Amino acid sequence: MADLIQLLVAGLSIGAIYSMIALGFVLLWQTSNTINFAQGEFVVFPAFLMLLFYQTLKWPFAPAFTATVVISTFFLGWVVRKVLITRLLEQGLLPLIIATIGLALFIRYSLQVFWTPLGLYFPPVFPRFTVKVGPVLLPMEELLNLATAGLIILAVHLFITRTKIGWGMQVIAQNRPLATVLGIDVPQLVTMTFVLNAALAAVSAILIAPIYLVKYDIGISLGLKAFYAAIIGGFNQIRGAFLGGLLVGIVETLSAAYISNEFRDGYALIILIFVLMLKPEGIWGKKEEWA
Amino acid sequence: MTDVQSPIRRFLPLLILCGLLILPLGLEQYKLFVGSLVLVYLIAAIGLNLTLGYAGQISLAHAAFLAFGAYSVGILQPHGVPFELCLFIGATISFFFGLLIGFPALRVKHHFLAMVTIGFTIIVFLSLRNLENFTGGSFGIPGIDRPDWGFISFDSDRAYYIYMMIWAIPVLASAYWIKNSRWGRAFKSIRENELRAAALGVSLRNYKLMAFAIGAAYAGIAGALFAPLLGYIDPSAFYIERTIQFLLIVVIGGLGRFEGPIIGSIVVVVLPEALRASQSLFMIIFAVCIMLIMLFMPKGLIGLWDLFVAKFIPPSTETKADLRSAE
Repeated sequence: MADLIQLLVAGLSIGAIYSMIALGFVLLWQTSNTINFAQGEFVVFPAFLMLLFYQTLKWPFAPAFTATVVISTFFLGWVVRKVLITRLLEQGLLPLIIATIGLALFIRYSLQVFWTPLGLYFPPVFPRFTVKVGPVLLPMEELLNLATAGLIILAVHLFITRTKIGWGMQVIAQNRPLATVLGIDVPQLVTMTFVLNAALAAVSAILIAPIYLVKYDIGISLGLKAFYAAIIGGFNQIRGAFLGGLLVGIVETLSAAYISNEFRDGYALIILIFVLMLKPEGIWGKKEEWA
Repeated sequence: MTDVQSPIRRFLPLLILCGLLILPLGLEQYKLFVGSLVLVYLIAAIGLNLTLGYAGQISLAHAAFLAFGAYSVGILQPHGVPFELCLFIGATISFFFGLLIGFPALRVKHHFLAMVTIGFTIIVFLSLRNLENFTGGSFGIPGIDRPDWGFISFDSDRAYYIYMMIWAIPVLASAYWIKNSRWGRAFKSIRENELRAAALGVSLRNYKLMAFAIGAAYAGIAGALFAPLLGYIDPSAFYIERTIQFLLIVVIGGLGRFEGPIIGSIVVVVLPEALRASQSLFMIIFAVCIMLIMLFMPKGLIGLWDLFVAKFIPPSTETKADLRSAE
């Protein structure tokens, strides 16, 4: 029983980080119908930046973290939106998908060639000790990861539901022509969504990097997990991405522990295929509420 | 472009491209190998073009279908099954899995379908890696022989290229036939507007399933040819990267255009090899090329040919007359 609780917490903690990555994914889809196949690389790039500032240049944590988020958000949010996306949005879904695949390859192999092909150790952000709750041993790092990710997702949720900009984004998602008629600056808000997505990815990078070794090619599996999470939970809801991420994290951790480690990436997929067959809008998605 | 075209417009690009496919026969060993890869990818991409380009159903499962073909050869050949039968079995397995994967396509679209199909690729990959006594696990299956007809052996690289050409020709011809048949038109009508297609009496269910199944069977044939080309197969050859490569081929060449996969497979296979001279930078340059092509030629490289035609080759009189009457 104690084992199970520990595994659940571990699953929730990694799942909450997947949720953050998935959340950006969903927001992009909602406001600009962009499926970002480079989402995983959007996490790997800031992880490398953080290593540069924090580890190589020995900056203190706060400035290193700020610089990472700002630089990564500028390039992956603003520059990508202006250079790549603006022109491609008129061309429909597939050219955009292919272009983001190109972007993913570009980031991945640039990191490999200009930085390192090796996996790098990333120092823990949170202290590593365990808390004893009755018979259960809980690592502080996992609890703090879960709390941080939870707070950030809550903040994004409040931003979307309580601020004017957030309402604007919802209108765009629901009815784009109407948004234009209402005088909402659609391109501006799409840019904001890209910036928000890049920032979310950068923060999740700092949380997830100490758990994995930072390597140029881990983006492939991270991006895919965010994608499953978004689809399992429901692509049209913030809480859907949240739930989906937690579920993927839990299923992955529990199945690796209890069934077999070799197939650990497979279980979430089997759930995914069943969800899509039975309830294509996702477990917690609503049909046609957004978009 | 209208359907009424002068023969030069219709067939010139095809003739040039088919000429290019014969070219590797005269090249040295390594270039011949790259040419052989182009042929394998071409056959699989023709299948994907049918599913995605004509019927509009995105499939990222083509690496898995390729694997069915390749592993049919790898598993059955040691038991003395002749290569052509292995190929047929592989294509059939792919066909039925294609049907199976087609079912989600009846319910979900676009990115959801992309996800289901990429999920299928991952599950097949994991199964190949973990069913060790059947597939050899991550070590794969070594020592796959090239076909041998008793009096003639296709063991040398050049002979095997000719052998693959023998398969590529009926594949190209059948794809061309499908494109212009009742089926091709039904596929296109589904791509353009499902509701309208259904209203006109096109059975969405049957045609979508068939679009997946036929596209998958082509990939199965490609996989069967792929295994003896390498002489060795392992699961990593059939993972997400491969499936994305097929997607790149079809979209870069020109989605839903018959010449598309030919151009695409040449570019996607040969360009990285040609860029290898720049050593480690080649994948980066390749990635930039992909983004540039999508930015400036979202209809694919065949769009260049269309521009060229519009500028330099005058439309035939028939087309002119049509245009006038349309005005």
